[in-house]
Order: sequence, then C-alpha cells, then structure tokens
Amino acid sequence: MKKVTPQKVRERVIEAILFLSALSSILITVSIVFILCYESWGFFKEVSVIEFLTEKDWMPLFANPKFGILPLVMGTLLTTGIALIVALPLGILVAVYLSEYAPHKIREIIKPVLELLAAVPTVVYGYFALLFLTPILQKFLPDLSGFNALSPGVIMGIMIIPYVSSVSEDAMIAVPMHIREGSYAMGATKLQTAFKVVIPSAFSGIAAAFIIGISRAIGETMVVSIAAGGMPNLTLNPLESVQTLTAYIVQVSLGDVPHGTVEYRTIFAAGMTLFLMTLGFNIVGFWLRKRIREVY
Amino acid sequence: MSAVTSKDLKAEAKGLNFFYGSVHALKNISLPIERRKVTALIGPSGCGKTTFLRCFNRMHDLYPHNRYEGEILLYPDNVNIISPEIDPIEVRMQISMVFQKPNPFPKTIYENVAYGLRVRGTRKKQVIDERVEKSLRGAALWEEVKDRLHNLAFDLSGGQQQRLCIARALATDPRILLFDEPTSALDPIATSKIEELIIELKNEVTIIIVTHNMQQAARVSDYTSFMYIGEIIEYDRTDKIFTAPSSKLTEDYITGRFG
Repeated sequence: MKKVTPQKVRERVIEAILFLSALSSILITVSIVFILCYESWGFFKEVSVIEFLTEKDWMPLFANPKFGILPLVMGTLLTTGIALIVALPLGILVAVYLSEYAPHKIREIIKPVLELLAAVPTVVYGYFALLFLTPILQKFLPDLSGFNALSPGVIMGIMIIPYVSSVSEDAMIAVPMHIREGSYAMGATKLQTAFKVVIPSAFSGIAAAFIIGISRAIGETMVVSIAAGGMPNLTLNPLESVQTLTAYIVQVSLGDVPHGTVEYRTIFAAGMTLFLMTLGFNIVGFWLRKRIREVY
Repeated sequence: MSAVTSKDLKAEAKGLNFFYGSVHALKNISLPIERRKVTALIGPSGCGKTTFLRCFNRMHDLYPHNRYEGEILLYPDNVNIISPEIDPIEVRMQISMVFQKPNPFPKTIYENVAYGLRVRGTRKKQVIDERVEKSLRGAALWEEVKDRLHNLAFDLSGGQQQRLCIARALATDPRILLFDEPTSALDPIATSKIEELIIELKNEVTIIIVTHNMQQAARVSDYTSFMYIGEIIEYDRTDKIFTAPSSKLTEDYITGRFG
C-alpha cells in the first residue's frame, strides 16, 4: 500500500533542497580543483616539472624567464615558520591559562577579546608589520631591510594565536576532571598537571589547532604582500625580503599580464603548489587526529 | 558508637565537619583508622562516604567554596592534615587514591607508574625502574605487562587499568591508600582480582575503601563504618557490623531494607 501524502512530498522536496546545497559546495570545490589542474597543465606543457622544482630562480616576467618555484616555497615556509615559532608556544600558554588557571570571570573577558584579534582585517596587520614592527625591529637589528620575512612572520604569528589557543583550549577543557584528579592525587602541582597530563590528553585537539594555524599562515596573503616585499629570494635569512606564493599570485593578478600566456599561467602553478602544501598539512593533521585519538 | 580498643592508629577523624558552600555535608564525624587494616565506609548514595574519603587527601581543595572544620590527625606525627596551614600537596604526597573509574594518563604503562616519582623530582633511572617493577608486582600486574611496559596504558583492559592505577598509587610508598568504589566500573572477574589485591595490600599499607557493595565490604574489610546523611551511625569490626549491628538503621541497610 503506497500513498503519496502532501506531507511525504514536502519531505522529499526538503530532502532534495538539502542535498542540492550539500552538492553545490562539493561542485564548487571540484571545479576549483579542476580549473587549477587545467591551467597548471597548460603551464607544465611549456615548462618542465623538473625545471619548476629544481631551478633556483623565479623570474617569470623577465625577457629570459626562469620558472623555479623554490624561492616562493621557501618564502612561504620561512614566514610560516616564523609565525609558528610565535603562535604555537603563546597559543598553548594562553590555552593552558584559560583552561586551567583563569577564574571563570576572567575567562569570560579574555576569550571574546582574543576572538576580536581574529576579527581585525589582515590589511591592518600588514601595515602594522610594515610601519610599526619593522621600524622597531630595525633599532635592534640594523641589518633588517625595510621589507623582510621576520616582521610579517611575527605579525602573522600574533594573528593566528586566537586560532591556536581557542581550538587548544576547547581540547583541554574537554579533558575529564577525573584525569586531572588522578594527577593531583599523586601530589602533582597545577603546572605539572597541566603540562604532564592535560596537554598530552588533549594532544589530538592541540595537533588540530597547530594544523589550522599552519594552514592559516601558509595561505595568508595580505600581511606578506605588504610587509615582506616582492623579491623571490631563495634564502632562509629572515632579515631579507622574500616573496611568498600568495604574494606572487597577488602581484601578477594585479598587473597587466595577458590571459592565456605562460606568465599568466604561473599563477595557477603557484596556486597548485600552495594547494598541495595546505592539503599535505591537512592530511597530516587528519592522520594525527586519527592516530592519537583519545580514549575518553 | 561501640568502642574499638586499639592503640595502633594510623589516622583519626575528630569532630570533622565539611561544607560544600552552605551545604553541611559531613556532620561532626569522628572515626579511628587502624594501621594496616582495611576500613570500609558504607551507606546509601549521598550519605557522604566519598566526601569523607576525599577529605583524607584534600581533594576538596581543588574546588572553590569548600570548607573543612575539625581535625583529621595523621599518626604518629600527630599532624592535622585538613588544617589550612598544611599544603594539600604535602598531604597527597603521603596519601594516595584510587578512583571509581580507572583514570590512567595518556602515557606508557611505565610512565604511568613512574608519574608520582617524577612529580617528586626523582631522576635516577635505576631507582625508578626498581620502583615501577615493585609497584606493578604489588598490584599483581607485573606478569601481564612486563614485556610491554612501553606500550600505552590505554591498551590495557579496564581491570588491568585499575590495577595500573593501584600500582601508580603504590609507587610513592603511601602511608594510607584510599579507594573510592574501585570496582564499580569493572566486571566480576576483574572485581575479585582487585578485592584479593586489597586484602594482600593491607600487610603493607593502611587502606580506607568506599563501597556500594556490602558483600565487598564484608569480604575485604576489617572495620566498617556505616554512614547516613552525613553522619556516622555505627563503627565496629566488620564481622560484628554484618552479624550483630547495634543500630536498627545499620541493620535495615545491610539487610537491604533501604539504600
């Protein structure tokens, strides 16, 4: 006995709408990846992958162009590394303070303020790095050039502290009280409990926080475009000017490079590289989370 | 309360009152704790037996608005361990606890047992190695884990995890070992292993155990205290409590008329 009631029809329609909205996000993602692959394919027809990966210069707009992605990758890794050196320890300390030490009232004040830090437009951070932090750093480091990797790296680190701390804190708060009590009952102090028991217990969540931080820093565009300069420099020296993958894409997108040329397609090759790097970190994060899944 | 005459006391509660904020949870409790014996605290849910147990290692200090009054004296030093002048960490260094649910840390079996020593700043590997083995033997777990000391503690079964927690508590050579319903999360076989262990351990350490299970109290303890709504109704030798209790309330509880 089958009967189509208006109620059932409505259910079907709602289901279809929900399915379509889920599908649309997948379609968008797939088409982005497709265009990225398609245009990169065009690029790699003219430039060999080997040159792309081994050439030490990135000068695609010169009369005698060179297409070595390494300087851009290095610039990205350098600024990201500096950002992480700032954000990871500070983010963890903030999370430990908020989850283990801060009285309820203080937490209620600090958390929204931290989240405000994440709401500041990145262009503001960029100019903050260029016009405020760099001159200050130059007083201590006379060799520091006006555009450099250090200053935007540090600022990006500050920028991603809220991401790291808020996800880490959620993970720490979720550690059940009886695990902490087990540590206190052994005569441990608050500090020992936080670092020896709570942080390891929350490890998978903290690892996820790191990955979010890394992905944010790799993909960050504005700060590095403004304050790191535009020199694709194969260097690990944070005092020099570097160009990141994202900053390069901005630079070329803004200029008047004609569509369809190999110069234009460099954007997609750089974008592809960026995509693969972020994807790699996300896979590592996913794997970490699965591997060190808590038992609670 | 009938008198139990013994000069061999490890601890003694005298006129102990405890407050959760404005809730008067323990009312004028006095109780001797015999050295190297098992003292069981029984009573219906909410009677305050766990609250009382947690006074002995100052667990209540972890949460705000809790207040003790009176004394719990630790012998032979004659120190009132609930006095505000005494650092709770000092107390916990000497009085260990095993919890209701096994709560191993996310570390290896070895590091779980070594935790108390590391917290106390012990560095020498040889000392720690010896202690870990001795404690695991003491908790009847050594034979099962000696080949995988460096595996994560979560790989163990629930009963093994609880014995690991006992080993962890033993490693620091405590003067009193507190058990808070240690078998309530375990199956009957794991439970009987823990019970055997408790009976063996009293040769070395004074034990206080909170239990919901009256048969358990009868099996493992030498002395039993029956609590009801924050008070101690009766305290005596376990065999006496279970065969000829002097209070009607105790009798009703142990015969299952309420609780």
